[in-house]
Amino acid sequence: MSGYASGILAIFCINLIFAYGIFVPAAAGQINLGGAGFQAIGAYGAAWLSSVAMQPMWITIPAAMLIAGLVGFLISFPVLRMRGVYMVLATFAFGEAVAGFLLWTQFFGGAIGMVVPAHIELPAICGSAAAVTLFAFYLMATRFGMIARSINDDEAVATLMGVNARATQVAAFTIGGALAGLSGALYAHNFSFVEAQYFNSFLSIYILLFVLIGGVQTAWGPLVGTLFFTLLPEVLRIGGSWRYVVFGAAIVLMMAVRPQGIVTRLMADRLSLRRLLAKRRQAGAGA
Amino acid sequence: MSEKTALALKGVTKHFGGITVVDRVSFDIPAGARTALIGPNGAGKTTLFNLISGVYPVDSGSIVLAGASIENVPPRLRVRAGLARSFQNIRLMPHLSVIENVMLGQHVQVSGLASRLTPIAWQRRSKWKEIALSKLRDAGIDVDPDADVSTLSYGLRKRIEVVRALMSRPRLLMLDEPAAGLNSRETADLTAFLMSIAQGGPTLLVVEHDMSFVHELCERTIVLNFGRIIYDGPTRGVGDDDEVRAAYLGRRRVGMTGASPAA
Repeated sequence: MSGYASGILAIFCINLIFAYGIFVPAAAGQINLGGAGFQAIGAYGAAWLSSVAMQPMWITIPAAMLIAGLVGFLISFPVLRMRGVYMVLATFAFGEAVAGFLLWTQFFGGAIGMVVPAHIELPAICGSAAAVTLFAFYLMATRFGMIARSINDDEAVATLMGVNARATQVAAFTIGGALAGLSGALYAHNFSFVEAQYFNSFLSIYILLFVLIGGVQTAWGPLVGTLFFTLLPEVLRIGGSWRYVVFGAAIVLMMAVRPQGIVTRLMADRLSLRRLLAKRRQAGAGA
Repeated sequence: MSEKTALALKGVTKHFGGITVVDRVSFDIPAGARTALIGPNGAGKTTLFNLISGVYPVDSGSIVLAGASIENVPPRLRVRAGLARSFQNIRLMPHLSVIENVMLGQHVQVSGLASRLTPIAWQRRSKWKEIALSKLRDAGIDVDPDADVSTLSYGLRKRIEVVRALMSRPRLLMLDEPAAGLNSRETADLTAFLMSIAQGGPTLLVVEHDMSFVHELCERTIVLNFGRIIYDGPTRGVGDDDEVRAAYLGRRRVGMTGASPAA
């Protein structure tokens, strides 16, 4: 595999895990516009544990996940007190606060950033992405996933079905934080270097776009969205500077044509293997 | 108050701004009874449903469900205590399939982390799915369980909502205009279905405008007007009550009817 291809594959896998970190709470109706903050916590957590505490990766990566998950858990309480756009702004402020903290704290290297000694290989990153994808599909297939989606649809009615909306959303936010943290840790170990500037609000916006444009109704959404947004800019590279215009127009077009996201539940169901097999069986019985 | 009383309201009052929407409403509903709640538009029927199910807190008064005070209990725990309801404007989850909507109604029956983390969507058949499917069949609903609810007819969605409310095996089932928008055939089916589930099943409290439906289903009717109870008695007596007629038709017209020589 060429360096170019393996570089894109690594970024795709890291972004995919990150996107699932945004997707899990989004499926339960919480828009997280501070994703970069969670990824930064994972990245810096792993970087510090690797370079200063000299821990091996089997400790740094799970620990980074745990820390980001814990922060997600704690932050979910004040965030969930807010509604709609205020909730989104609170997550945005959180992301900015984390970036600011890392930039101004000498402990984490400040603007210079941190070098990460342990390097992770591509197969391990791909394996992690596959495992996270499988986990997201599993989670959405459980009753927890169904409840999360029902809260996204109509929280008041879900509550009148006996659903504990708050507990479900706290759990979703915690899982989301941990996954974003994992993506950060993989980023740190893959690029061997972290700096606060990378984890900026643009990153938060992009990753949220991956998820919303992919669709939040099924776990296919982030996969399709991330694939689309990772490959499209590469394809557009041939167009030179115009690629930004085309890219922006593509986003606007997607939102206009499919505000519900590229993949919907109904679409995933119609295209599912189970459905196709049943259809074939039916056709066979009819013949 | 005993097990025999499914629901007891005492002095339940709710103001919105300066308007008293529900005014000192008190009634007892015996377990197993089928009661209708009727009244002109804006009489406070749906508000009363929202107070009982906990969408709004009461300003004063008490609500007792099967012997336990619930007026300060959060809505989701009222459901656990045995209350279920449907909504005047259908409120099925638009992005959940038919079967998922029905299975959502089972939520309070499911306990423990293990059953919440079982991938039910991957299981070809599960206890929960079988129960949901059989309940849909009992209600005479023959649709693709994986269909989007938004693709179904109004009448079907209305009935699916009733089935969803039943899935929690409630003691008290509150239906907000279940027959509204149904054709006469669908209304007859719904009546038969509700009569069948009421046998040894939940106590029914129904808001409805369709009086023939009310006559067939409910032995007792409570009439609300401007938030107050103006009639509480046998359904067959509702039409003869002067105050009820005045509430629906207006005072003057009742007087005129009484004075007409043809009467």
